[in-house]
Amino acid sequence: MLPIKTETLFFELALTLYFIATIIGIIGLFKGKKDTFKSILVLAIIGFILHTANIAVRYIEGGHIPITNLHEGASFFSWCIVALFLLLEYRYKIGLLGSFIMPIVLVLMLSSSMFPRGISPSLNPVLKSYWFGIHTILAFLGDAAFAMAAGIGVMYLIQERYVKSKHLSGLFQKLPSLQSLDEINYRLISLGFPLLTLAIITGVIWANTAWGTYWRWDPKEVWSLITWLIYALVLHLRLTVGWRGKKAAGLSIIGFILVIFTFFGVNLLLKGLHAFV
Amino acid sequence: MNIIVIGLNHDTAPIDIREKASFNGPKLEEAIDILKNSPGIKENIILSTCNRVEIYANVTDIASGSERVKKFIADFHRIPEDLLNKSLYVHSGENAITHVFRVASSLDSMVVGEPQILGQLKDAFDIALKMKSSGVMLNKLMKKAISVAKRVRTETKIGESAVSISFAAVELAKKIFEDLSTKAFMLIGAGEMAELAAKHLISNGVKDVLVTNRTFERAENLAREFNGKAVEFDNFLPALVHTDIVICSTGAPNYILVKDHVHKIMKQRKNKPMFLIDISVPRNIDPEINDIDNVYLYDIDNLHGVVNINIEERNKEAEKGEEIVDEEVETFLKWQASLNAVPAIVALRDKAEAIRKEELENTLRKLGNLGEKDVKAIEALTNSIVNKLIHFPTAALKSASEDTEVIVDIVSRIFDLNTGTKNKSEDPGDRGNDEKQ
Repeated sequence: MLPIKTETLFFELALTLYFIATIIGIIGLFKGKKDTFKSILVLAIIGFILHTANIAVRYIEGGHIPITNLHEGASFFSWCIVALFLLLEYRYKIGLLGSFIMPIVLVLMLSSSMFPRGISPSLNPVLKSYWFGIHTILAFLGDAAFAMAAGIGVMYLIQERYVKSKHLSGLFQKLPSLQSLDEINYRLISLGFPLLTLAIITGVIWANTAWGTYWRWDPKEVWSLITWLIYALVLHLRLTVGWRGKKAAGLSIIGFILVIFTFFGVNLLLKGLHAFV
Repeated sequence: MNIIVIGLNHDTAPIDIREKASFNGPKLEEAIDILKNSPGIKENIILSTCNRVEIYANVTDIASGSERVKKFIADFHRIPEDLLNKSLYVHSGENAITHVFRVASSLDSMVVGEPQILGQLKDAFDIALKMKSSGVMLNKLMKKAISVAKRVRTETKIGESAVSISFAAVELAKKIFEDLSTKAFMLIGAGEMAELAAKHLISNGVKDVLVTNRTFERAENLAREFNGKAVEFDNFLPALVHTDIVICSTGAPNYILVKDHVHKIMKQRKNKPMFLIDISVPRNIDPEINDIDNVYLYDIDNLHGVVNINIEERNKEAEKGEEIVDEEVETFLKWQASLNAVPAIVALRDKAEAIRKEELENTLRKLGNLGEKDVKAIEALTNSIVNKLIHFPTAALKSASEDTEVIVDIVSRIFDLNTGTKNKSEDPGDRGNDEKQ
């Protein structure tokens, strides 16, 4: 036996790099130069590669998709966020984005590190279904889009504050324009919403094959539905009465708080059937 | 090797003198040519912009060189010398170098941090290179000035934020809308400042331009000028539904746009953001409108506030820029000083070699017939003794530091060299003297 397992090593290294990236990102808010944001990106990329290695090793060792407990779930959740962050940074080059996203990633990774890490050799029979992979991956990709939308929403609210109050100092120069933040926020929610919808649909089908009923008002199911309704509302109000800008940003933050509660809170506080993740 | 700067700028000369003294188009090349052929002026570069006219020269003698350049400017432009001298500044040595670096870095500009000056300096340098009027000294000075300017620009935030009302308006519009090319803009009323700001917005590519005025004819005229559409004053409110940016400047004594209007308009716009700029005094747009979501209202005082913060910011950054300039002037002086040592090193080598040859010949003559091998051995011996002995003074001369001149002087005296001291400036004390007239 090795004193430390390879996958654990990968996990700890990724966590450390995300930690450093977060610290640099927060310092960068106060006195950032171009190099600061480049270094966050580099750290995130290396961290992401190590993180991927961690997930791959767990997949090979366990023989199933490693999203079977809270440790793996939180870890996979942050993996999705980092992946989306890198894609977004590649596409929009926002620079400051890392300062708002990496803290979310770090918190998720830290909580992941506090849950038991064992790779279960005997998988819960319910999870032995191909719906399991489809459902969980869809759910976490959707949640990652919502996390990103919340980060962008915070940036919007800060920038909006500057423009409204006419004190154009501090981060005003570094933050993107209100319109582009609002648009990116909208696009992320438009991406996350269908993913969440599909996740719920696949979940329902899977529930029927596993337990014989489509919907059992399990806490996880209920809170997912509430989350889904919130995001449906965000999109609906934007298209009909033009709830954009500040209101959309605020709602996307509330939505993400619900996502987090559905993910952690339901598992830790309200016991239900959906006891794995 | 003396660098001098002779010139005038927005601070020292009124506009009519600046106009008279400028070197435009063919005049520039003609002037460079005349200076090139003037005795005592080894190199020259002429920078001529609307805010400054400066001649950079490398002269054999500071005093006579400066006089010659001054007289040249007066003669060339037919400006009475005493009138011109009131506006001229003359810098030499360290001050000249500092001045050039400050000009390039836009620390000496009327609007500190404006970016055009560096391009203008590069153009001046290019023309000098093309006409071969600059040499080792000024080329190095220009290249260094350009790199100092870049350093100041990247290491400080000197050019970051807008310092005029109309630029501040454009900057804000870009922070609200990102892409102005899909946005419609309306000018309500007229006025110098409003029209200037409108021009800036239009040159930044707004899609539609609407103009409205109580006098429709005035609106039509302005619309023609801006390539836009005139709107009847009574119809401007409905037109606002499709307008994203508004500049308002009318003589109305009351608010022409109140909260109710904007509430309705925003509903119809589905809350698409609006940026309202009210530069009228008294104000024409109810300030409470700023409380409506997605509406951003700036009045003239707000814009002044933004500009003032930005100017303060620039001035703070300019101080950092000055530090960078000081640092770079020092390295340039070191380089220059190391050039001063070259003639001394050459003279020292020549002298040592001459002595060695003379003594070697004497000795060989006295010794009579020696084998070829012995002659070679003796030659090698003298060579190595001489080389080892002059190695130390040479090394001391080469190590460029601020006291090179002193070392050159000492070495010259000890070894009785006559070359090194000759073409140095008369007295180290007058480097960097400023004569302002």
